[in-house]
Amino acid sequence: MKTETTSGNRGLLQAEGLIFETGHATGTGVDLPEPKGGADELGGLGRKAALDLPGLSEPETMRHYVRLSQKNYAIDLGLFPLGSCTMKHNPRLNERVARFEGFAELHPLQPLSTTQGAMEVMDQLAHWLCTMTGMPAVALSPKAGAHGEMCGMLAIKAALAARGEGETRKRVLVPTSAHGTNPATAHEAGFIVDEIPARDDGRVHLDDVKVKLGPDVAAIMITNPNTCGLFEREVKAIADAIHEAGAYFYCDGANYNAIVGRVRPGDLGVDAMHINLHKTFSTPHGGGGPGAGPTVLSAALAPFVPVPHIIKRDKGYSLREHTEGTQAFGRMCAFHGQMGMFTRALTYMLSHGSDGLRQVAEDAVLNANYMLTRLKPHYNAPFGNGPCMHEALLDHTRTKEQGIETKDFAKALLDEGYHPFTTYFPLVVDGAMLIEPTETEPKRELDRFCDVMIALSKRAAAGDKDFFKNAPVLAPTRRLDETRAARSPKLRWKRGDNSAAIAAE
Amino acid sequence: MRYLPLTDVDRKDMLSVIGAKSVDALYADVPKVALLKDLVDLPKAQGEIEVHRHMQALAEKNTPAGRTAFFLGAGAYRHHVPSTVDHIIQRSEFLTAYTPYQPEIAQGTLQALYEFQSQVALLLDMEVANASMYDGSTATSEAALMAARVTKRRKIIFSGGVHPHYVDTARTACEAQGLEVVALPAAIDDEAAVTKHLGADVAAVIVQSPNAFGTITDLKAIGDAAHAAGALMVATFTEAVAFGAIEPGGSYGADIVCGEGQSIGNALNYGGPYVGLFAVKEKYVRQMPGRVAGETVDVDGQRGFVLTLSTREQHIRREKATSNICTNSGLCQLAWTIHMTLLGGKGLRQLAQLNHEKAVALADALGKIPGVEVLTKRFFNEIAIRVKGDANTIVDKLASQGIIAGVAMSRLNPKAAMDDVIITAATEMNTDEDIGAYAKALKGAW
Repeated sequence: MKTETTSGNRGLLQAEGLIFETGHATGTGVDLPEPKGGADELGGLGRKAALDLPGLSEPETMRHYVRLSQKNYAIDLGLFPLGSCTMKHNPRLNERVARFEGFAELHPLQPLSTTQGAMEVMDQLAHWLCTMTGMPAVALSPKAGAHGEMCGMLAIKAALAARGEGETRKRVLVPTSAHGTNPATAHEAGFIVDEIPARDDGRVHLDDVKVKLGPDVAAIMITNPNTCGLFEREVKAIADAIHEAGAYFYCDGANYNAIVGRVRPGDLGVDAMHINLHKTFSTPHGGGGPGAGPTVLSAALAPFVPVPHIIKRDKGYSLREHTEGTQAFGRMCAFHGQMGMFTRALTYMLSHGSDGLRQVAEDAVLNANYMLTRLKPHYNAPFGNGPCMHEALLDHTRTKEQGIETKDFAKALLDEGYHPFTTYFPLVVDGAMLIEPTETEPKRELDRFCDVMIALSKRAAAGDKDFFKNAPVLAPTRRLDETRAARSPKLRWKRGDNSAAIAAE
Repeated sequence: MRYLPLTDVDRKDMLSVIGAKSVDALYADVPKVALLKDLVDLPKAQGEIEVHRHMQALAEKNTPAGRTAFFLGAGAYRHHVPSTVDHIIQRSEFLTAYTPYQPEIAQGTLQALYEFQSQVALLLDMEVANASMYDGSTATSEAALMAARVTKRRKIIFSGGVHPHYVDTARTACEAQGLEVVALPAAIDDEAAVTKHLGADVAAVIVQSPNAFGTITDLKAIGDAAHAAGALMVATFTEAVAFGAIEPGGSYGADIVCGEGQSIGNALNYGGPYVGLFAVKEKYVRQMPGRVAGETVDVDGQRGFVLTLSTREQHIRREKATSNICTNSGLCQLAWTIHMTLLGGKGLRQLAQLNHEKAVALADALGKIPGVEVLTKRFFNEIAIRVKGDANTIVDKLASQGIIAGVAMSRLNPKAAMDDVIITAATEMNTDEDIGAYAKALKGAW
């Protein structure tokens, strides 16, 4: 439906150009003191390159971003059932705490006497993470899930090197259902990826692992609960076999939210596991970041924890900032990690307590199973013959032949006012629709979404292909041409750009 | 529990729809020995009042920057962030949105990314920029890895002016892949030393301006020498405000310009989250790590934005991806772009000039103290000073007098053999009184 208003606005939805089209290089939204204009010490290296960055006044800036914001879907607007991503409510107390002057206005290199409270936050967070997971140590500094994976794999690498097997154990086993970050991390950490094929039941089988084991295997990377939303039944036996073969068990903790307070990964034989604070412990996703990926480590890997890390002493906290004289494998980033996420996550944990965190896992699993039960009469559920964990997996098998695919259901959901499920992941299921409601959805929201999904399945069964292929018609834009974007990338504004010409091409 | 909407009645009804006797039945796949029966031994749920009190008490054990005369930089800088910035990033539609994988309902995030990439490219005088990295140190690691991919060479040379933590971070990442890292000894003013190590096996020289000692350097000849030897020049930085006053790496022919963006839009936050900036020459864009937004059209021909070039990324390429990165620094990047929009080129120049003037005043005041030597000859807002005695001891002594004097180089790099050197920075937040108090305290420090 082409916009036909004179303004380009559509009711509350305001058209909004780029700042480069509305701002100008002499505009500004700040009033700073006038510089005095004395001699400089720049040694003749002052900027000669143009600096034609547009500036907007404060009201124009506010309006620009508020208008943009209204083109976004958000968890605060409605159910955000994006499987594997855990879009749950973000409590605002956490935001308030992170902004306390004593946390936000603290420099990472201040004298330790002035940052004891910050280190105590890190120590308390570490205590909660270690106790909940049943693991003896944690590296707090990784800045995201994939960064935590790297931390865990480098700890494994260091442990192997310390045993004199750094050069002989190079192979890392990764199931085909894994997140793409797992093989990417293993490769980036200098290992060779060896895939374990998928089985019909969506799980990793002990037999498939055993045939791969040998003196060159460094580790296995298993997501548990896995990306199909299932608990790996043989995980403990797999861990034992891995250890017996002299290798380590990396667990991708992306789905830890399904078992927090109910299962301790340490009891399953895990050697390293990253915890996405932005998933299980509800720090905001922020349109794609920043995340945080503290990584818990077993006793075997604990000596290799990277710097910096805190040391608790009788008279307060101290920091180990250098690897010299330790077995630390190195450094993950410049400073202590995502402190702003540590304060939020600790606030979340204290709010829930051990009882609330257990309830979080149980309600997340209950909500997902409820949706699976309601939807499986209407969609193919590849592993729907047993309970799922925190996410329900469906696919497009029943309508694919008519040409109505997962993507089309997703786009139809946009018109219904929902963010869709995760599409086409995990890769082991053709046309996957991975639905994760999380524990912060009330039952009536689940029912409303299920009603929509059921109505869509009926419409698809009736062969209303045009309806699906045209969708969305009510979203801020219609289907966007992603092929064109990738084929001739236009990644920035340049002077002389004419947006009208783009549309006319 | 206030964050959990299900009631016990709901739970019972839902279990009966599912046909399960209890929630434990849903955990049937968990090995019996591993399914906890009791609560984990940690405190139980608390209300907002109690949790607020607990966290407030922890916050109050710290001394925030604003309560002191504050002159610490070395990779994170205290600047004024306009009130508008934090208000906007807390809007639900930005705060509680996900990665814009469904572009039709994420145009707000995507357009802001596209504008951010354009601003970064303009600021750094580069052709293209990505949607941001975790921070400056990890951006620099990724630059080293990218250079090895582009050149198919295995050796990375760091100048003695690169922030020591950046070198350590990159060394960890590079050595994991079997790359050789040569880190030159700490040097206040010798970025060009990297050119002596060029050779057929060198993928990149990594230099920094302003460097860890505050020194600014003309990088043109270094870039020319690197290119003549078939290597890339990576120019990193820790203080993005500098480029309102000095030439950025792009103007000197750098192939990759990367570094820390915290100083625009973002608080100190005890080290994170921050926002890594990453810009490259267009010809290398398909080797660039990280997310990137691009312009396109919808089926009606209207302009829109999408995440693009995803065939570089891990979710498509798995172990063949350019990087395992699966995120950007979303909200920090948004804060950066909002602050930059408020500043504009004009405001940024003014802000940079103010910073420089404060640093000149600081250098003058400290340089007059008997026993103090200002070691940095050309600088933006940060300098290295030599003091009489152990720098760590002096920094601690001044902290007890309410003055955060900077950081001892020996804390950043114990191997630098510079035990009497303090790295100290001034920004627009410092008053003349702050500078006077610092000078007075330092004079009495030995």
